[in-house]
Amino acid sequence: MRRRLPAVVSVPGVAGVLVVLPFILSSYHTFLAAEVGVFFVAVLGLNILTGYTGQISIGHGAFMAIGGYTTAVMSRDHHTNLILTILVAFAICFVVGLLFGLPALRLSGAYLALATFALAISVPQLPLQWSRYLGGSGGVQSPETKGNVWIYGAAWSVSAVLFLLAWLILRGRVGRAFRAVRDSEIAAVASGVEIGVYKTLAFGISAAYCGAAGALFVIASNGFAQPDQFNVALSLQLLIGAAVAGLGSLWGILAGAAFVGLLPNISPSVPIIGSEQGRDVVYGLLVVLVMLVLPGGLAGLPARLRSLRRGLNRKSKPVKLRGSSSQ
Amino acid sequence: MERLKTADVGQVAIAVVLLAGAIALLVCSLGSTKFATSTVAGVALGLVYGSLALALVLIYQATHVINFAQGELAMFTTYIAYQLIQWGLSYWEAFFATLAIAFLLGTVLQVAVIRPVQHRSVIATVIVTVGLFILIDGVVNWIWGGSFRSLPSPFGIASYDVGGVPIEHLWVWQAGVVLAGLAGVWALFRFTKLGLAMRAAALRPASAALAGVRVEVMLAIGWGLAALLGAVAGLMTEPSQYFLDQAFMQPILVYAFAAAALGGLESPAGAVVGGIAIGVLQTLMVGYVPQITSELQLPLAFALILAVLLVKPNGLFGRRQVQRV
Repeated sequence: MRRRLPAVVSVPGVAGVLVVLPFILSSYHTFLAAEVGVFFVAVLGLNILTGYTGQISIGHGAFMAIGGYTTAVMSRDHHTNLILTILVAFAICFVVGLLFGLPALRLSGAYLALATFALAISVPQLPLQWSRYLGGSGGVQSPETKGNVWIYGAAWSVSAVLFLLAWLILRGRVGRAFRAVRDSEIAAVASGVEIGVYKTLAFGISAAYCGAAGALFVIASNGFAQPDQFNVALSLQLLIGAAVAGLGSLWGILAGAAFVGLLPNISPSVPIIGSEQGRDVVYGLLVVLVMLVLPGGLAGLPARLRSLRRGLNRKSKPVKLRGSSSQ
Repeated sequence: MERLKTADVGQVAIAVVLLAGAIALLVCSLGSTKFATSTVAGVALGLVYGSLALALVLIYQATHVINFAQGELAMFTTYIAYQLIQWGLSYWEAFFATLAIAFLLGTVLQVAVIRPVQHRSVIATVIVTVGLFILIDGVVNWIWGGSFRSLPSPFGIASYDVGGVPIEHLWVWQAGVVLAGLAGVWALFRFTKLGLAMRAAALRPASAALAGVRVEVMLAIGWGLAALLGAVAGLMTEPSQYFLDQAFMQPILVYAFAAAALGGLESPAGAVVGGIAIGVLQTLMVGYVPQITSELQLPLAFALILAVLLVKPNGLFGRRQVQRV
């Protein structure tokens, strides 16, 4: 078994650091940390789907788009409280996720990947089509903008609440069912787990998380929602974040969120990774390397190091997708 | 037995529908010049989609992985062709040199980054291809980014006149080259021992290995072939672009996804037919339904695919997968 910091120490520890951070960081760095918080929520949600339930999605940027536009439009038309819009985005995306998951999860493996990819492609086109309500390519501007510290607080408060919620969901019966679906659909069915119900539920939950992340994302970009922000690249980044995060560890998800949230914000003055193309090269290389070297994502890093140190070439536990993927 | 029969009936029904569609296209083409032009353009475009879709199917058949980097790989090889022409090769010398390079590139990539993860999980492999997608984009941007470049078009912009219907040279060449590529791959699989071994390795890896097939080598060659088909698609897409651009294969890849899903990811013939269907549908929609704006083209194509997948979860030509639960 893996030895690690007990949750009683690590979770309050991380929370403590997060509470102190805005007081010591500059305004810009606080904003970056807030950005990481936004992606923390999204990666956490996607991790429930890919990591725990073993279903792939290349389209969760679409749910971020839906959540983001919910916030922007509600704020523009009704001056709704921004916090309330996050809740609404969460709820709407949960329902949309369930509705999409219902048919899509009849598809398995590669077909599901393609269907979610279709979602990632299609949803950002909708504002262009219904430009009267959704602002077209010009986007939607919410009248309310917030300071960096407010955004930071909102992002990490939502993160904390949703992290707790995820823990509550995953520790019990539902979480067990999710893992059963991932490890072997056949065994899950044989044990009385309704595969369809749990797959759809996982899809809905992860969609809801990404919806909340999308709402925060729009708030963090000065209340501005635009189709280009939610392109396919965003969906790919989320998937990469979830993969880098590995499975079910706070540290992994933090690392995955930092990876996705910080890399695009590195200043242009840094050599190589400062430029866009250099960043792409490093980004791509890192993703490939992490997958090659760390089967369990960054969450598996300590275990991997230990096993290397012991000279054992035993692999740490990989993120498996058996049963659902191959035939 | 009953079940087998209903499956057969389904296949026959699909064949009949496709045939009826083809006949309808032909009849309408005879009646209207505009329609005929659109249809021919659609078929040429569709064959390009089909070529890339076939590349996806080749890899999917063998490893159940969708290669998200396929389009970027094609884009990369098109840039290589550009570079070779810059260095003084003629178009067709560069064309064939590029195919060889693409084959090598595909093989090397499979050995270097795909092989180590492919036994782990499908998700891991898909993520590696997503990583390659970003990596190739960055590399191309690094080497060739910054200025507008374009390949000299060897086909010109003239049109043939077939009974009053203008048919651009480009379409004829697109269709011809892609068909030649497809025929080559088909012949390889159908008539050579290597092709047989590759089919065996894809279908029943364990049994193939027992029969002495070097499965890993076959998988690497499969990636090489896929990259080669992608290069054909890239080189045949390029002349219809105004200039080379890192993103030029991305929409093509999306339509190739759609084509492959429509045909059933397991079916090479389905990929090509699916590609043609989507190409024709696209050009006809652009020509005749002005309400379909360029924004709606992609979502509509995908809505269609989703609808098909919901009725036939394994695509039009996919085999019904038997799952023991």
